[in-house]
Amino acid sequence: MTMLKLNSAAELEALRAKILAGRDPAKPCIAVCAGAACDGMDSAAVACAFLAEVGRQQLGERLELRTTGCHGYCERGPNVVVTPGEICYFEVAPADVPEIVAATLRGEVVERLVYHDPASGAKAVHMNEVPFYKHQTRLLIGDNPKIDPMKIDDYLAVGGYAALIKALTEMTPDQVLDEVKRANLRGRGGGGFPAGSKWETTRNAPEKIKYVIVNGHEGESAAFMDRAMLTGNPHKVLEGLIIGAYAIGAQRGFMYTRHDMPLLEKHVRNALAQAKEYGLLGENILGSGFSLEVELHFDVGIFVSGESSALMRSIEGNAPEPRPKYVRTSVSGIWDKPSNLNNVETWANVPQIISRGAEWFTSIGSEKSRGTKLISLSGNVVNSGVVEVPMGTPLRTLVFDIGGGVRDGKTLKAIHFGGAMGGSIPARLIDAPLDFDGMSKLGAPIGAGGLLLMDEDTDMVEVARYLMDFLTKESCGKCVPCREGMQQMLQTLTRLTEGRGRQGDLELLEDLVEVTGLGSLCALGKTSGDPLKSMFRYFRPEYEARISNQAANQAADQAAAGSGDTK
Amino acid sequence: MSEIVLNIDGKEVAASAGMTVLQAAQQADIHIPTLCHHEKLEAYGGCRLCIVEVEARGRKSYVVSCLYPVEPGIVVRTRSEKVDKIRKVLVEELMAHAPDAPELVRLAEEYGADRHRFDKETSFCVLCGLCVRYCDEVKHKNAVGFIENGAVREISFIPEIAAKECWSCQECFTLCPTSYAQAAYLLTEALAFPGRREAHSHAHAHATPEPERRVIPITPVAATA
Ligand SMILES: Cc1cc2nc3c(=O)[nH]c(=O)nc-3n(C[C@H](O)[C@H](O)[C@H](O)COP(=O)(O)O)c2cc1C
Ligand code: SF4
Ligand code: SF4
Ligand code: FES
Ligand code: FES
Repeated sequence: MTMLKLNSAAELEALRAKILAGRDPAKPCIAVCAGAACDGMDSAAVACAFLAEVGRQQLGERLELRTTGCHGYCERGPNVVVTPGEICYFEVAPADVPEIVAATLRGEVVERLVYHDPASGAKAVHMNEVPFYKHQTRLLIGDNPKIDPMKIDDYLAVGGYAALIKALTEMTPDQVLDEVKRANLRGRGGGGFPAGSKWETTRNAPEKIKYVIVNGHEGESAAFMDRAMLTGNPHKVLEGLIIGAYAIGAQRGFMYTRHDMPLLEKHVRNALAQAKEYGLLGENILGSGFSLEVELHFDVGIFVSGESSALMRSIEGNAPEPRPKYVRTSVSGIWDKPSNLNNVETWANVPQIISRGAEWFTSIGSEKSRGTKLISLSGNVVNSGVVEVPMGTPLRTLVFDIGGGVRDGKTLKAIHFGGAMGGSIPARLIDAPLDFDGMSKLGAPIGAGGLLLMDEDTDMVEVARYLMDFLTKESCGKCVPCREGMQQMLQTLTRLTEGRGRQGDLELLEDLVEVTGLGSLCALGKTSGDPLKSMFRYFRPEYEARISNQAANQAADQAAAGSGDTK
Repeated sequence: MSEIVLNIDGKEVAASAGMTVLQAAQQADIHIPTLCHHEKLEAYGGCRLCIVEVEARGRKSYVVSCLYPVEPGIVVRTRSEKVDKIRKVLVEELMAHAPDAPELVRLAEEYGADRHRFDKETSFCVLCGLCVRYCDEVKHKNAVGFIENGAVREISFIPEIAAKECWSCQECFTLCPTSYAQAAYLLTEALAFPGRREAHSHAHAHATPEPERRVIPITPVAATA
């Protein structure tokens, strides 16, 4: 298809019609996942094998091939999905390719490569029958297997940019803002802050020049859903950003993403270029009079650069140190201009809120947390991967129905949310609903959505030490309570894990958690003690045992050494 | 400029818009400890010793007074159980690095800090950033900067610039609460441009008194005080 600048909504719809007319829904399509996990299992070789097979048999007319972003079920990659029917093949090797091609052409299924229940052996062929998928509501990530992230036409084919058309042609910026506010969309990057009110603050700030930013830094350990979203469907995030910029009155946008993911960079760069070519970015978008430029920026590989003020300093070209001022970035951000920052997933929610409306959106999820949430499942779980469920879903569904429970037949000990600034709750709270406020109250705030399963063998002191070690390396070092407090907590925790605990260590840790929490400059330091807080709340005896055992052992050792000396 | 009235430690204090709580307090002769603050420099918010309790719109929070802007009607407490505890622990944390820095010794006394609470790691520098920021904001030379992040952060003189600029300046030495700025400079000098000091004293043997007089003697600090 030749690229052309589209000058109106009608031209975009005409293009969409043309794309769809050129596609036969009955023509089989084989989608090979090229997401990070599958890529790590050499899905590229599988994709090459398909290409070779189709070339060898000259099947181009009868079969479509597509490489896509993450399908979700990373554990069982390389993943292949065949449409129509969304037949899921798992752990596909290049050697399986001729058989899949042959079966697909005959309208048959390669039984040995579909899902088999590990207990009963029962088969699940179609995506909506596979346990991992069937308990999900995949509003955001569900398009991934249908889209080659390098092709804007694929996004248009699934209805992409229709929300932008609606916003630009049927709604005023205020109406867009109002829709997002009524949807009660809450930020997915960790805080759960209402996106609508943040947008409004930036919109109402007196400065004329305003910025919108996508936070695609995703530094939280055990979180990998933002990159799955952004790498697999960059246009969805971009569409959300353009709609947001329209509502806020911003003229310039930034995509701030990881520097260490070549595929992500390639897809986002390409998406920006294609959107620009089609006239979905740049001057006078679709003839609406609204203009927006978006550029790509990379993080500098340190965790704190995901924090809003540090991120903005980084975009300005400065060291990513959190800004100490008591003024919100939505009022004074990049170059002191009002700047609205949202997480990848937050932006990705915007198009559907505009197309389907706030009422529809608020019908999903729990009362105070609407919509779905992307979750990265990992740790001692049977099925690791990227999961999307309605807010309010019981953790049990996530862990057992979707996650398949604990690996190696072990029992569940704890669930950890939110990475190094999150918390752990014991297995007995498994029926708690996934909800921003509820999980925060329990001491395991959802954070960005990294869920880590921990089995019976997990040493909770070691977990806290590990997380503190991670954060200590990520502190920018500017403020004393974070730089020094975390270092002291780490040293104390290290002592405990090494069997050198002292009486008073728990009290010391509690002091440090409190002072670091109250005194630190930015949220990294402020929440660095949260994992420990949850440990003291639910796993205190494990910590106490370390101390009393160790103190007793040390006393015994000393006594033994002492008596040895006198002999 | 508009007058703002706020309450600090039970006293009604008048301030003008744009002032920080610290400035308002200083104006009213209410003392708040600071370590990284300097009038000539942009507020930094690094040491957190100037933390105070603020009650605004019915909500209590802990903020650093060197950055927090005055607002009408807020109630500020410069001392409270929590505030004192925070300061005490901060001083204890810093004393692991600079156990004999005079200001820390004084603060330790005031807040009952135990200078031996944490294992010593006497790097001497408390990373207040005064030297770095003074050289940047006042002198515009950037002869000294931070390197590394987190717990391994330190200050470092950049030999190329230091060789040119520091000799005739040395102004940051007196700002430093621990005298580490001078030590770090002397180390840089010894490693990067040795002989400079001698050559200089020869050349100026009969000339006017030298900047050297400004070199303050490093207070001998026992490593495990
Ligand atoms: C140390 C630190 C790291 C953060 N890292 C990220 C990140 O990687 N991605 C992200 O979206 N938000 C991150 N945040 C949260 C952002 O500061 C900000 O709240 C968020 O991007 C706002 O978007 P939202 O309202 O859509 O969630 C981080 C915060 C802190 C304190
Ligand atoms: S809390 Fe930590 S990361 Fe944040 S400014 Fe302070 S030292 Fe830097
Ligand atoms: S050398 Fe002195 S002035 Fe410079 S950061 Fe260290 S303690 Fe502060
Ligand atoms: S990367 Fe292939 S399913 Fe996640
Ligand atoms: S004086 Fe306010 S933070 Fe150091």
